[in-house]
Amino acid sequence: MSLYRFIVLLPLLFAQPLWAATVTAAVAANFTRPMQALADRFEAETGHQLRLSFGSSGQLFAQIQNGAPFDVFLSADQAKPEALIDAGDALADSRFTYAVGALALWSATPNRIQDGEALLRRGDFNRLAIANPRLAPYGAAAMDVLGRLGLNEPLADHIVQGQNIAQTHQFVATGNADLGLVALSQIIEAGQIASGSAWIIPSDYYHPIRQDAVLLSRAQDNTAALALLAFLRSDTSQALIETYGYHIEVPQ
Amino acid sequence: MTLSPADWNALWLTLRLASVSTLVLLVLGTPLAWWLARTRHWLKGPVAALVALPLVLPPSVLGFYLLISLGPNGPIGQLTQGLGIGLLPFTFAGLVVGSVLYSLPFVVQPIQNAFQAVGDRPLDAAATLRAGPWDRFWTVAVPLAKPGFISATVLGFAHTVGEFGVVLMIGGNIPDETRVASVQIYDHVEALAYDQAHALAAVLVVFSFAALATLYTLQRRNTHLNWGRS
Repeated sequence: MSLYRFIVLLPLLFAQPLWAATVTAAVAANFTRPMQALADRFEAETGHQLRLSFGSSGQLFAQIQNGAPFDVFLSADQAKPEALIDAGDALADSRFTYAVGALALWSATPNRIQDGEALLRRGDFNRLAIANPRLAPYGAAAMDVLGRLGLNEPLADHIVQGQNIAQTHQFVATGNADLGLVALSQIIEAGQIASGSAWIIPSDYYHPIRQDAVLLSRAQDNTAALALLAFLRSDTSQALIETYGYHIEVPQ
Repeated sequence: MTLSPADWNALWLTLRLASVSTLVLLVLGTPLAWWLARTRHWLKGPVAALVALPLVLPPSVLGFYLLISLGPNGPIGQLTQGLGIGLLPFTFAGLVVGSVLYSLPFVVQPIQNAFQAVGDRPLDAAATLRAGPWDRFWTVAVPLAKPGFISATVLGFAHTVGEFGVVLMIGGNIPDETRVASVQIYDHVEALAYDQAHALAAVLVVFSFAALATLYTLQRRNTHLNWGRS
């Protein structure tokens, strides 16, 4: 190929179909793995381009309030999308629950957890890692579980807190904590507990961990952002999310 | 903008951590700096590089390796368990170990530079007056290297006060044990309690400025004195 022709064709490398647009999504860290899987499908199906920023919901919230260039926010809770709507930074009618988090008692040691509730009551373990209940919805759910079992006081000296659910998982994975109350989505792979042993906490032991998505005001005319939210609601996406260890609610 | 009791506890814990870590750093760092300043051993380069590593590595890397090596399956974790000390993560002692590693270059390098600046001549002169090595070290080298020790103390202390990543990784956020001021600020920000975050952050900014301003004022005075003498 001549140099001349190469230069003429060069712009094609950066070309996009006319109808394709770009959406930037701020995504809660606990949803990283399913979101990456969903992103590939979304781009393949729609031709739109999806850029992902992962972080803790609190950090992402603060960044959005201070003008971060995000179009869609997938929070780990409901409170932050609500607060953004109240502040006029997000659109009320776009909000829906894209996933409901599930909690599991987990140990990195196989067979360590046979009867999880009895193990917690016996208290024969060194540390129980939970996420910081003030910051992380999974931490608040962990406190619900301990409260329901009446173990808040007895286990107070055993508890260590991760700043988020990722760090809580890390404390258990490295063996520094015998047990941890982690997100089911962190330890499940293809529908199975990937390593160690676990007790999936009955969902009536804690308040549901509803994770809400919302369209941010700056993106109200962004076709790719609207397409992403519709894609997340779809049955196939919801079914995929379920395989990653979340419960789902049929979106209205 | 007032500080809550929990904020005061976090500040007090931070000061305790910084004081203990600085003491340990001066005790361990002084012989290390002396060796680095005087030796021609081939290990000097690698050891100096190891000391400087925390300057380059992100605290998250240091904290992650500490979490693994101090844990029950790590080499140091197995050692501390064998010695009956138990595991270090999630304890005050564990934070001291992390802080000492993290602040090592800030203490060793100023002392090493000061020892190098002293040079051979004062020590040789002392030797001709029959001062033994121990005597020469304490009565000649250390007093002449005083500015280096002042820098090392202030920088080591201030750097430990400002430590965040390592504590976050191995602390476990336990009140009065591992929840230091920087972690408390992070908690406030994450919980959207920006007023409380501001109050505590302002205390840290004022403290750090005062510490560094004192250091640089003292240093200037010291250089003036040295000029006066020569």
